[in-house]
Amino acid sequence: MFTNASNFTNDVDLTFAIIIGISLFFLIGLTALMIYFMVRYHHKRNPVAKDIHGHVGLEILWTVVPTILVLVMFYYGWSGYTDMRKVPDDAMKITATGRMWSWTFEYENGKKTDTLVIPIDKPVKLDLLSEDVIHSLYIPAFRVKEDLVPGDTNYMWFIGQQLGTYNILCAEYCGDRHSYMVSKVDVIEQQAFETWYNDTTQATLEGAEAGLALLKQNACMSCHSVDGTTMVGPSFKGLFGRNTEIESNGIVKNITADELYIIKSIEDPAADVVKGFSNIMPAYKDKMTQKELEQMIEYIKTLK
Amino acid sequence: MDNHAIDSHLNFYETKRGLFSWIFTLDHKRIALLYLYSISLFFLVGVALGFLMRLELFSPGGQVMDPRTYNQVFTFHGVIMIFLVIIPSIPAVFGNFFLPIMIGTDDVALPRLNLFSWWLYIFGALMALGTLMFGNGPADTGWTFYAPYSVTSDTNVSMLLLAAFILGFSSILTGLNFIVTIHRLRAPQMPWFRMPLFAWGLYATAWIQLLATPIVGITLLMVVMERTFGIGLFDPSLGGDPILYQHLFWIYSHPVVYVMILPAMGIVSEVIPTSAQRTIFGYKAIALSSMAIAFLGYFVWGHHMFTSGMSDQARVVFSFITFLVAIPTAIKVFNWIATLYKGSIYITPNLLWSTAFIFNFLIGGLTGLINGALAADVHVHDTTYIVAHFHYTMFGGTIFVFLGALHYWFPKIWGRMYNQKLAYWALGLTFVGFNILYGAMLTVGVKGMPRRYYDYLPQFEFLNKVATVGSWILIIGILLMIYNLIRSARKGEIAPRNPWNGVTLEWQVPSPPPLHNFDRPFILSEKGPYDFSLLEKINEVEQKPLDH
Ligand code: HEC
Ligand code: HEM
Ligand SMILES: [Cu+2]
Ligand SMILES: [Cu+2]
Repeated sequence: MFTNASNFTNDVDLTFAIIIGISLFFLIGLTALMIYFMVRYHHKRNPVAKDIHGHVGLEILWTVVPTILVLVMFYYGWSGYTDMRKVPDDAMKITATGRMWSWTFEYENGKKTDTLVIPIDKPVKLDLLSEDVIHSLYIPAFRVKEDLVPGDTNYMWFIGQQLGTYNILCAEYCGDRHSYMVSKVDVIEQQAFETWYNDTTQATLEGAEAGLALLKQNACMSCHSVDGTTMVGPSFKGLFGRNTEIESNGIVKNITADELYIIKSIEDPAADVVKGFSNIMPAYKDKMTQKELEQMIEYIKTLK
Repeated sequence: MDNHAIDSHLNFYETKRGLFSWIFTLDHKRIALLYLYSISLFFLVGVALGFLMRLELFSPGGQVMDPRTYNQVFTFHGVIMIFLVIIPSIPAVFGNFFLPIMIGTDDVALPRLNLFSWWLYIFGALMALGTLMFGNGPADTGWTFYAPYSVTSDTNVSMLLLAAFILGFSSILTGLNFIVTIHRLRAPQMPWFRMPLFAWGLYATAWIQLLATPIVGITLLMVVMERTFGIGLFDPSLGGDPILYQHLFWIYSHPVVYVMILPAMGIVSEVIPTSAQRTIFGYKAIALSSMAIAFLGYFVWGHHMFTSGMSDQARVVFSFITFLVAIPTAIKVFNWIATLYKGSIYITPNLLWSTAFIFNFLIGGLTGLINGALAADVHVHDTTYIVAHFHYTMFGGTIFVFLGALHYWFPKIWGRMYNQKLAYWALGLTFVGFNILYGAMLTVGVKGMPRRYYDYLPQFEFLNKVATVGSWILIIGILLMIYNLIRSARKGEIAPRNPWNGVTLEWQVPSPPPLHNFDRPFILSEKGPYDFSLLEKINEVEQKPLDH
């Protein structure tokens, strides 16, 4: 608590502290009173009960006091929250996209990453988009969370106030690998950030190496492994040249995975569904150039 | 001691025998027991699934199942516990058994409809179980069925939705039946404000069942339509709106948490006066606060959607009204505790289940305040904190009262006494295990562990281990309790009419009651349902020495 990691942590933690304080007071007080009454008015000590039907003054008291207390709690919750929705004008804009089961962050200059990198002490606004189902971007250390709703736009903002790396988790259940939809936010010095931001040399990778980078960027790795373990989809290891049983329009057939098959699997995965797997892979038609497809296949070929 | 010597009637078990005399019975007491046995069975299935989940979460990484299975398990656990256990629980079991007796009549107003509700329940339950066998595996959407995931999931979501739809009807019909019964069949000497508080709890509940359940029924059908015919209602890729689904779902599902808790509060309001041998403190405040909760409960559903991108004004309004619900709830707690003041208290497992309820429910309610406060809720929303919060209210609240009620009314239902020593042990284990389990989950949620997580980051490991160990203690407690009750129902000491010295009408009939409940005119006080000055007169009927 009170780590000051983002501009909201202190307000949120203060709200927590106030409510928990009041709650503990009532929990301990009322429990103690209950136990005291059970001991003090045990039938051995108090053989004759006294009928008391009620007391208007007390009823008023214990209506008014809780009312005041909950209004105080409401106020703290509300004021802390209002700030969360008021984005400063100079905030840096980043688009955060979620899909089953990975994150992409796109900066204004077109730079795309799977981990969020932000400069310290600068307001950042995330525009939240989803490509499939609802996800929720949650950074526990910053005390922020907001849903990514497909077909809708939502946003969040914050200021990273301490250097370091923090977890980004998905808080809205989104299917098989929901708990693995994890990323990081790196809060770094302004200068380091600028160097990183202006460095767009990643395009210079070639061949298989570029293929690996593409697989990572396009979230293929959240469903496919490269080491032979079966995740949601078949592993890429040994894929090239593998004899696979597929179902195509209800007909089961055996094929050998060659370049054409792999390209078709990527562009239109619903056409040939590998036996034993569900038809949930998104279609990548028109999202990739021929060159990119070839680079990915080149990398897959190296996984024997 | 022998009821039969006094009234020469047979008790309701003895009037008829055989399977058909049970499954086609119109007797409210037998229908109550049909519900009790079916609900208990599903409760145990739900507990077993909970046990498996906790086992999986014992360490990071996969332990006993794969992610898809885990998701199906928490969905099935949630659906069973909500639709098959807690929504019917107290109304269908204790409401059916005791409402007619407590208001001085011989059955509910519509006995056939009552039997039909149970059959609907069984039909819905079988359909839910059917998803295990038919289609591409049981649903993996979570019990909330959020769109568009529920629209696109390739598991058998549709059948489970239809099951929930049917179970909804069962609940609506029970509610309807109780409303009619309370309005039409109340003993003439019993005006509204002399009804026992349990009847008030059931009455408030019945209105919610009747008015809110149809909304979720239609909503779930809409998802089935969308899945089957591709009609775009909630899935944006078909032109629908996922937020609309959440509104429709919570318009029902928030009020329904009061369906779960109000009858339980009613029972606590019975057990405490009996244990303290004095009248309830603030009868009207307790009765009317039930109605206030039922009413306000309709306008707070948005607190489940504080991070969904709903308009900012709406979030503030929902937060505000949510806090208002806390007030009538607090009033009840204060009145219960005040009822112990200057009583002449008999400590029994009945009373301790009720006080355990008050303790758990205080935690459930107070942790709810954090959910109501916008800034704080944003942090804990959809974490295990929420999971623990609702287990504190539903399990630590309603189910604890349900189990307490099983003890309180045990002598009346089975005509025998239970073993008190084992009952204390079972309660102790259940209470301690419960608080370890959900206390740990509360804490790990505040640390940021999201809910519905098959796997988790290493920093959450210790608390998850604690929680799992807690679940073992809890389950041992529950099993011990079941063992004790089953054994006592068969071998326990024969129970008198009025073992706890209560004064409401159920203590004026034989244990177990005869088919038509009353074997003699009952005694009602002008001073309300908890007038203990009548106790001697009530107990004259039976010359058995009281065992306190
Ligand atoms: C949401 C999870 C998911 C994502 C993301 C995903 N896939 Fe798939 N993929 C699957 C599943 C499931 C299958 C098996 C069923 C099928 O054939 O449609 C599959 C099948 C394949 C196959 C055929 C494998 C075989 O054994 O025949 C290839 C090739 C493939 N994916 C490549 C990719 C590439 C390249 C990407 C990234 C651009 C990607 N996938 C992204 C889930 C995914
Ligand atoms: C021994 C008893 C129980 C254990 C061990 C247990 C455990 C659990 C666990 C581990 C989860 C999943 C948490 C997560 O999503 O991260 C869960 C979810 C849930 N439990 Fe329980 N529970 C028990 C009893 C109950 C009872 C009595 C009820 C209701 C009356 C209940 C209702 C629910 C609901 C509604 C969910 C949410 C399911 C979902 O996310 O869709 N549970 N429980
Ligand atoms: Cu998710
Ligand atoms: Cu709610």
